[in-house]
Amino acid sequence: MPFSTYLAKCPDCHEATEEELLVQLDDVLADYASVPGALIPVLQITQAIFGYLPETALKKIALSLGKPYSEVAGVVGFYSFFTTVPRGKHLVRVCLGTACYVRGGKEVLAASKDLLRIEVGETSSDRMFSLDVGRCFGACGLAPVIMIDDDVHQRVRPAQLPKIFDQYRDNSATDDNGNGESD
Amino acid sequence: MIVETTHGSLTFCSIEPGSGLDSTLERPPANALGRIEASGLRGRGGAGFPTSLKWDLAIKSPGENKYVICNADEGEPGTFKDRVILSDFADLVFEGMTIGAFVIGAKRGIVYLRGEYAYLRSHLETVLRRRRAQNLLGKKIRGRDGFDFDIEIRMGAGAYVCGEETALIESLEGQRGEPRNRPPFPIDTGYLGNPTIVNNVETFAWVVCILAKGAKWFNSIGTKKSTGLKLFSVSGDCSQPGVYEFPMGITVAELLKEVGGEGAKAVQVGGAAGQCVPAAQFERTIAYEDVPTGGSVIVFGPDRDMLRVAENFLEFFADESCGQCTPCREGTPKLIEGVKMLQQGRCSMHYIHELCSLGETMQLASKCGLGQMAPNAFLSIVEHFQDEILGRIGK
Ligand SMILES: Cc1cc2nc3c(=O)[nH]c(=O)nc-3n(C[C@H](O)[C@H](O)[C@H](O)COP(=O)(O)O)c2cc1C
Ligand code: SF4
Ligand code: FES
Repeated sequence: MPFSTYLAKCPDCHEATEEELLVQLDDVLADYASVPGALIPVLQITQAIFGYLPETALKKIALSLGKPYSEVAGVVGFYSFFTTVPRGKHLVRVCLGTACYVRGGKEVLAASKDLLRIEVGETSSDRMFSLDVGRCFGACGLAPVIMIDDDVHQRVRPAQLPKIFDQYRDNSATDDNGNGESD
Repeated sequence: MIVETTHGSLTFCSIEPGSGLDSTLERPPANALGRIEASGLRGRGGAGFPTSLKWDLAIKSPGENKYVICNADEGEPGTFKDRVILSDFADLVFEGMTIGAFVIGAKRGIVYLRGEYAYLRSHLETVLRRRRAQNLLGKKIRGRDGFDFDIEIRMGAGAYVCGEETALIESLEGQRGEPRNRPPFPIDTGYLGNPTIVNNVETFAWVVCILAKGAKWFNSIGTKKSTGLKLFSVSGDCSQPGVYEFPMGITVAELLKEVGGEGAKAVQVGGAAGQCVPAAQFERTIAYEDVPTGGSVIVFGPDRDMLRVAENFLEFFADESCGQCTPCREGTPKLIEGVKMLQQGRCSMHYIHELCSLGETMQLASKCGLGQMAPNAFLSIVEHFQDEILGRIGK
């Protein structure tokens, strides 16, 4: 099954119990058992299913791909997209790459921390947002840039942030192209 | 999706998908290789390795299961031209990979797409499906017996170092993206131990243009050692940021004029790993033999604090180091400490020299390009902005 098929199932995932999700993981593992280099795609799908990488899931993955748990944990630790703690509903990433940095990325980060009342790496108390930094999202022409989930927002000014965050706060039903033009 | 300004018309717009491939398949693979060699095309990912030479080595390397890998990990701060190519000209990239497969005799291709570009994936899958339906991918491509090739997309997971070709392969194999010792090179021992060519997104697109428009057309542009055209991602303090197509060999001054960046105090060419060119040297050319680049150009206006810029670059490398070898893992934090001391006027002339020699050691002793290039921006800023830096030196 292609990656996207698993993801398509996922809107409901967050409501399901951990046992149900682990059953879904079994399906994934059955498909990938003999694929070379399966570990990273499997981790990506697992994170899409659970929202993070719980230890129970990692143990299951290690067992079924025949790898030591330490190796799986080592891979998880290496890549910045993987997280072993639950995150908020939306992931806000502020770019601190050089092009954004010179155009005010740091101010955007400071304003985001203030507004969400969290530090980098933390999740807001209503579990709506987690905050992280990035090192270039490939949109530097119109810096500074933030990403919220898969949406890119360019030329962001600190004053616009409340409005941008609010779009995600209401039911999080942003339309598919509800991104970008924050001006 | 993303608001993009592409300035001027790009050569890529004028190439009909399918045209490069059909004319290639009419002749033996050596013919296409010969034309790429004659064009002088060098890798557009930054290092500038001659493309035909890499492909020729892969032809000669024995193996049944050769691979063509497209490096779409575009992670260098200030680079976004590969994203534009993938959004607007995905056909050319896939076609270039298919030509590569025909030339080296590969059956499978992989695009390693950086995690931050996950939103491009469905578009790319759509183009792949259409190309399969058009028999531009799949079995017996364009009716040619024995020419089977298909492409799959694999996602990165947020590690800049995975753009390094051996780290990329480690990552595809499901490991931590730690660069390998080279040699052996991927052309001998690549993905799953098979001969593999790894090329940048833009390199594949130019291959198609060269086969469609001719090697002569390409090598009549640019300089002797750096032929042809190149895409640039321009950002920072200029009035017209965006993607541009310029001939290789353009001077920094000419480029700044085009992008509305006159009055700049310095330009970072080649991203964090590149060089910082000060105003006094704006007559230098952007070419492999002078100031090389993968396409990132960041313009710094007169008010920018170059020490802060150096600090930003170094923090990037410290974050992204895989930690495998000591010069890179330990050296970069030392340089950051030094920059902080400089900012506070607490750094002696003697210590600056120590830092510079540490930087040179990193260039020599680091295992991969990340550690080798990490001190570049620091060293060039110390060299070119002495006044700005010495002004703050402790007595
Ligand atoms: C730390 C590091 C990061 C790199 N990142 C990229 C990248 O994002 N994209 C790329 O095409 N090449 C990148 N490279 C260069 C690749 O190792 C390789 O040289 C390139 O993909 C070859 O393609 P080309 O010859 O077509 O340029 C990187 C190299 C290093 C050392
Ligand atoms: S130079 Fe840095 S990134 Fe490269 S292998 Fe060594 S520690 Fe890893
Ligand atoms: S530096 Fe921020 S998007 Fe590139």
